Amino acid sequence: MTAQFRTTRRATLAGLSMLALAGGARAQAAKKGGTLTFVQNAEPTTLVSLTTVATPSLTCSAKTTEGLLEYDYDIKPRPALATEWSISPDGTRYSFKLRPNVKFHDGKPFTSADVAYSIQLLKTVHPRGRNTFANVVEVQTPDPLSAIIVLSKPAPYLIKALTAAESPMLPKHVYEGSDPLTNQNGNVPIGTGPYLFKEWVRGSHVIYERNPNYWDPDLPRIDRMVCKFVRDAGARSVAFENGSGDIGYRTPVALADLDRLKKVPHLVFSTDGTSYSYNVQTMQFNLDSQYFKHLKVRQAVAHAIDRAAMLKAVAYGYGTVCAVPISPKSEFHDPTPSPYAYDLKKAEQLLDEAGFKRGADKIRFKVPMDFNPIGDESRKVCEFTRAALGRIGIAVEIRAQDLSAFSKRIYTDREFDFTYNGHSNLFDPTVGVQRIYWSKNFKKGVPFSNASNYNNPKVDALLEGAAVENDPVKRKAMFIEFQKIYAEDVPDLSLYTPLYLTIKNKRVHEDSPTADGVESNMSRVWLDA
Amino acid sequence: MRMGRRIAATLRRTAIHAGPTVLGIIVLDFLFLQLMPGDAADVMAIEAGSATAETMAMMRERFGLDQPVLSQLASFLGHLAQLDLGYSPRFNASVLDIIMARLPNTVLLMLTALSFALLLGIVLGSVMAAWAGRWPDRVLSVVVLLLYSMPGFWVGLMAVVLFSVKLGWLPNDSNMTIGSDFTGWALIADRAAHLVLPALALASFFVAVYARLVRASMLEVQRQDFMRTAHAKGLHPFLIQLRHALRNALIPVTTVAGMHLGNLLGGAVVVETLFGWPGMGRLALEAVLARDFSVLLGVLLLSSLLVIVANVAIDLLHAWLDPRIGEA
Repeated sequence: MTAQFRTTRRATLAGLSMLALAGGARAQAAKKGGTLTFVQNAEPTTLVSLTTVATPSLTCSAKTTEGLLEYDYDIKPRPALATEWSISPDGTRYSFKLRPNVKFHDGKPFTSADVAYSIQLLKTVHPRGRNTFANVVEVQTPDPLSAIIVLSKPAPYLIKALTAAESPMLPKHVYEGSDPLTNQNGNVPIGTGPYLFKEWVRGSHVIYERNPNYWDPDLPRIDRMVCKFVRDAGARSVAFENGSGDIGYRTPVALADLDRLKKVPHLVFSTDGTSYSYNVQTMQFNLDSQYFKHLKVRQAVAHAIDRAAMLKAVAYGYGTVCAVPISPKSEFHDPTPSPYAYDLKKAEQLLDEAGFKRGADKIRFKVPMDFNPIGDESRKVCEFTRAALGRIGIAVEIRAQDLSAFSKRIYTDREFDFTYNGHSNLFDPTVGVQRIYWSKNFKKGVPFSNASNYNNPKVDALLEGAAVENDPVKRKAMFIEFQKIYAEDVPDLSLYTPLYLTIKNKRVHEDSPTADGVESNMSRVWLDA
Repeated sequence: MRMGRRIAATLRRTAIHAGPTVLGIIVLDFLFLQLMPGDAADVMAIEAGSATAETMAMMRERFGLDQPVLSQLASFLGHLAQLDLGYSPRFNASVLDIIMARLPNTVLLMLTALSFALLLGIVLGSVMAAWAGRWPDRVLSVVVLLLYSMPGFWVGLMAVVLFSVKLGWLPNDSNMTIGSDFTGWALIADRAAHLVLPALALASFFVAVYARLVRASMLEVQRQDFMRTAHAKGLHPFLIQLRHALRNALIPVTTVAGMHLGNLLGGAVVVETLFGWPGMGRLALEAVLARDFSVLLGVLLLSSLLVIVANVAIDLLHAWLDPRIGEA
């Protein structure tokens, strides 16, 4: 093994020096063959993102199971399994022409029956398909290569929902007549994708192999893809450094390691293919809390947090400050600055007005702060908040718990005052943002619902309107209006949008040509010999 | 003949003790787990970043979480009685399959680590005892103290930095070169190279324990009558140390080693995470975090069986080392 290991390193170095000789020519012809090692933070629970949309499953799913469309960096649709599409002027009929001669890995043809079946399945068992496809009345299949999605009312976000990982097209003949939740296709996936599933060694890795019968005869280019699950962030850094891992995404290493890794000559850092969805990190208030039900207290907190300083302290500046729930990278973002600029005097004054005067010990009140433990930065955000609010006399106690306990506390028991959390905007605010602020989505026990218990009829009307508004200009105006009301109300405090880096070996090319980057089918990726 | 009787007696005793012990462990674990806040559906939903009330209800039904606690326990025990560890809805696979994919890796890691620990511990301990109070003893005492006080994961991290990152001699991740199609010796060499660092990291603490234990036991044995007899017989001092002193000193060491097997399983969680070792320790940790209790109970059950089997083996080993033990 030792010898093998060293050879790989030497080969990598040799490959590098050859690259240097070639003068780093950009327009190189794609090469065929090789094995790509994709380093992933966690092991998926299923290899098809039907019953879960947890990141590890999204990362694997599209390699075998494709979608109707793919998207360029600006989320404009491009052909995938559908070659043509059109939306009726009233926005209620989506017609798709399917790619002919597409076969599933087991040789059965892919037809409109599979599309209709998949969309029905997504509508019933997918964690957000129930919302995304809520308006779907039926999927008509006039012939094997035509599918028409018929809606009861417009769903302007729907055309952006059809990536492979978000809305996988599944083989009807594999699922039909079985319980989709226990169907083994999630363990041994069959799809139309560029890679064939070969093996899944639990706790270790998944291996995919080149699909020789892929519908695009020029693709895929690599022979094999190994998805390796490396739980430890330090071990992932080592993997990129010593060349045993080729690519990883969503900044797969500790932020503190980035400066060191950026000096490693064979590593490349890229933000391509991260535009399909952006996260916005927030400080969520429980509006039923005895403190945060007061608007002035929330305004005071808003005045006391210096977002830029926080971003630097907790995320080494990897991100963009953001005072509204729609990410600055989104077309629907409202760039107006927060009405509550960093101003400690103003904050103190507001707290005095709200009736929370400093006591004998200089403290106004003590309040616990929770955090979603899924991110590495979560605790640091709380520590920053403790320091910041300490200055205006609010004593913050940080309370740690694991994912499950966090979920129960915030969404089921609602025994919290305020918490640090993050939400994905997803591909559209109606899907990713509305859920957090819509009063009708205040649902106990449902994670990522309206945890604040925010209830503003004007906001409800705007969100409900935008969900069915066919005119893009009017729709954008509604979201801007919503963000203005949000900014005044501060039902929660949006903090920043993290910047996610893809780390890869220099020998990897064309890994992220679409909006969803490495979560796409990665059919075009190729490696220097 | 006597040995055969003894084995039978040990097995009988173990069977009588083991049954209720295992049952107790399972029932207590099950009830304790109920005290943990949140359930598997919460974890699945929060990992996914999206959920609806309907999907939450669907997941709870699938996990059997909509049933009362006691009927969940009854159903688990009922399946167990038919030697069925149940099904993990999280992984959509049978618990036995999930565990059996990991168990051999953990057993290999533990046995290798234990062998390393015993071997190094006994050698170091013997050397220390033989030169007690002189410089080899002093130097090794410091080394042993260092090993004793450094946490295994730190030793592992430093070993990774040195051997994987700086020198590039040994791999730091997984239990084999993934995607390689080695056979025969190449396969064994590959596996062995992957085993070295995690086994040493796991063993480091126990090396220190055994070294000190062997040193103390050997020093104590030196004063025994049979040692004087051996000297009087004119045996070579090396043989005396090996056959008389060490053999007797091994009894406390093996006893402690048997007990340490449980600790090793605990340490395996950390080491397996650090080295990406696809073993049971990590599975257990992930099962706790995921509230995937069917998997966790399966791991706990098999682990307790593993410890019981190890204790039987130690019992038998004692009988071989010292026929006086367990005669009564």
